[in-house]
Amino acid sequence: MSEDALISSREGGLYCAAGDFYIDACQPVARTVITHAHSDHACAGAGRYLTAAAGERILRRRIGADAAIDSLKYGEQVDLNGVKVSLHPAGHVLGSAQVRVEYRGEVWVVTGDYKRQADATCAPFEVVTCHTLVTECTFGLPIFRWRKTEELAAEINQWWRGNVAAGRTSVLLAYALGKAQRVLSLLDPSIGPILLHGAVQSMVEVYRASGVRLPAAEHANAETARAGKGRALVIGPPGASALWMRKFNPLSVGIASGWMAVRGIRRRRSADMGVALSDHADWPDLMRTISETGAQRVIATHGYTAQFARYLAETGLDASVYATRFSDAGEEDETSAEEV
Amino acid sequence: MQRFADLYLEIDRSNRRNDKLAALTRYFLSAPAEDAIWAVYILSGRKIGRTISSTQLRNWAAEISGYPHWLLRECYAVVGDLSETLSLLIPSESSQGAAPPLHEMVEQRLRPLGKLSPERQKEVVLQTWRELSTAQRFVFHKLIHGEFRVGVSRQMLVLALAKAAGVEPAVIAHRLSGQWSPTREKMRHILQGPGEGEVADENLPYPFMLAHALTDAPATLGAIDDWQIEWKWDGIRAQLLRRGGKAAIWSRGDEPISTAFPEIVQAGLALPEGTVIDGEIVAWDESASRPMPFASLQRRINRKNVELSFWPEVPVNLIAFDLLEIEGRDIRNEAQSARRTALEEIIRNSPGNLITLAQRIKIDSWDRLGEQIAQSRILGVEGVLLKRRDSQYLVGRPTGPWWKLKIDPYTVDAVLIAAQPGSGRRAGLLTDYTFGVWNDGRTELVPVAKAYSGLTDAEIAEMDRFVRRHTTERFGPVHIVQPVRVFELGFEAIQKSDRHKSGIALRFPRILRLRDDKNVSDADTLFTLEELLRSVET
Repeated sequence: MSEDALISSREGGLYCAAGDFYIDACQPVARTVITHAHSDHACAGAGRYLTAAAGERILRRRIGADAAIDSLKYGEQVDLNGVKVSLHPAGHVLGSAQVRVEYRGEVWVVTGDYKRQADATCAPFEVVTCHTLVTECTFGLPIFRWRKTEELAAEINQWWRGNVAAGRTSVLLAYALGKAQRVLSLLDPSIGPILLHGAVQSMVEVYRASGVRLPAAEHANAETARAGKGRALVIGPPGASALWMRKFNPLSVGIASGWMAVRGIRRRRSADMGVALSDHADWPDLMRTISETGAQRVIATHGYTAQFARYLAETGLDASVYATRFSDAGEEDETSAEEV
Repeated sequence: MQRFADLYLEIDRSNRRNDKLAALTRYFLSAPAEDAIWAVYILSGRKIGRTISSTQLRNWAAEISGYPHWLLRECYAVVGDLSETLSLLIPSESSQGAAPPLHEMVEQRLRPLGKLSPERQKEVVLQTWRELSTAQRFVFHKLIHGEFRVGVSRQMLVLALAKAAGVEPAVIAHRLSGQWSPTREKMRHILQGPGEGEVADENLPYPFMLAHALTDAPATLGAIDDWQIEWKWDGIRAQLLRRGGKAAIWSRGDEPISTAFPEIVQAGLALPEGTVIDGEIVAWDESASRPMPFASLQRRINRKNVELSFWPEVPVNLIAFDLLEIEGRDIRNEAQSARRTALEEIIRNSPGNLITLAQRIKIDSWDRLGEQIAQSRILGVEGVLLKRRDSQYLVGRPTGPWWKLKIDPYTVDAVLIAAQPGSGRRAGLLTDYTFGVWNDGRTELVPVAKAYSGLTDAEIAEMDRFVRRHTTERFGPVHIVQPVRVFELGFEAIQKSDRHKSGIALRFPRILRLRDDKNVSDADTLFTLEELLRSVET
């Protein structure tokens, strides 16, 4: 892709030269638009941030109270140096947005991370028509096909019930921002008490403050752990330490992540239960979205980009890859705590 | 099929032995006998027989999914298991009908498949795909390929069946041994209550007792006088049964192998009626007074009938180390020392020299064990076995009474030069490594070994990140890695090879440790390995 493209890939992130702003900059730049507050997309140190209003609290929590953050309602348009910019729901986590960029009649959409499955904790994905779609493809291989959210919720609750019957505390590992709140919204509180790791709890509070309704849950400490022993479900971050988990013994460990769709990865993580609950689009949704946006040109970022672009090219689309610093993330990410 | 697939998935998901055991027991108590027997058959490692090639399956899956072959390969690189990859790729919208019961699946679909025309084979497979869920398809593919590793050991299977039947595990192990047909009647026989005189009246071997590898220092085992120490031979573990006027040999895999070793059968006929000896069959080089390489034994096993003319070429010997039955009496509950005494008596009185007594290594202190083990290579043995003198002959691999202690492997310091994604638990991680050593001019690293095992999960994850950051070139899934890291590899043997560029092949290479303390220039050379090869050959 040439440098005169409306949005190009630079060291610091995706860059719109006409409007002189970045999208999800990972270096201290003057101005960046943020698709969502996960740490591989939102970094501290930029001069000004532009984010969806629904995600402002979260972004502030992540990058610091005194950051200069402007916010837009979904669909609201702003002019940045003659370039029209608007944000549209991406359905990834609370406040996540696709970035629509229009300049001289040419429309680009950067999806950021997105999903099209049901999620009660954030606004649903909106299809935005465009000429060029810059899309994530974290799960951009056809082996990734998610089951319905209701089925996955039933699976989690069934696992919890089974653990209660066996006298084990359930510890479910889910990324602290987004996944944990989505999981919380899917739990059946009649089964037992719900406890939260500190990192999860602080994000749950931000969600509640932002107006998202979630089941009641308490902080997981020695006291609540003891009281909920054998009955409680505890939501913790993927990187939770063994030491922290030990206080819930005897326990059963579950992991909620799209990677759990692959048996080898599930076994490597050696959890007792792995549920393939993802906040990313699966293969059919990636394909459907490209088709619905009407985009003639697709640029893949994040994930199995090379494979994804090659497949699209074979179907007749103008497809290419923008290298981002997480371009190999599809293979690597499951070892890190982010997403997934 | 539904029930069996659920069982498979439940076991596969579980990390807890007790949960697996409970799931198996529940299955055997509830599944119809005609299905359960196939579960026993499969889980005990018996093969249904491969009827469809992976290529056929892959082609059909590509055809009905509409995905190009290169994309299937990319998917496989992430999943690391073809059965699973295909099950995930086949469209599920077309799911219809119900899965047939396991016995029907095996008897009416899988087994006859080999005789059908390719067109009919395809019809049957596509029909089955339509009837199964994604998870069931995965199990179906595993059935087709007969590679059913699901973390159920034979011992666990035996325990589950014993629980379901309400009998001792030994009885079940015995009912499972030998050759049987997977019929409803056989399942009823396996699950029937305690019978009388069951063990001795069938001409079947006893379940074998196995040793764990000793990881602690031998001195932790207590007084050396409590232990019987023997060489560990690299041969075929076997029981020689002399019952009912006949003699038979059974391998540890419960296979009858009499036809491969007719001269030992003949020697067995000279033993007293009602004798069962446990030992190791080795190919014996009389002139060198040491065993021949294991490969020569395999030549015998692979032949259906061993002609007399074949005998002198690979002469064999049964090294007897235990006695399980004497005068028709099961003596497995007697102490090791008592069984040994009885064994010595039997061997002393048996004519010929094809059945020999396993030599006892007599040392008075654990400190001297090391020098004995050091002789292992000269003697052509794998190491030593330590057996508690007061122990009974138990089923399976109990912890405590028997230990094996292998000799240290040969080692070489080699450089990581390439990596590709692993399979199974290592799916998607770059864990299949190629290592090289320097050529004579130290100008080029020549590949000498591929190794997959030996690192911890944390090291594997670290290596995965390392490889990705240091990839200089990619050929499909193979990452060529900047040669900067040295590893100490262990291997069991070294041989000449025309198939390898280096001209040598290492047997069982594995990673012993990362040698980040070493520079690439410190890695070994091909010359070192060639020297080793020469020393081994002479």
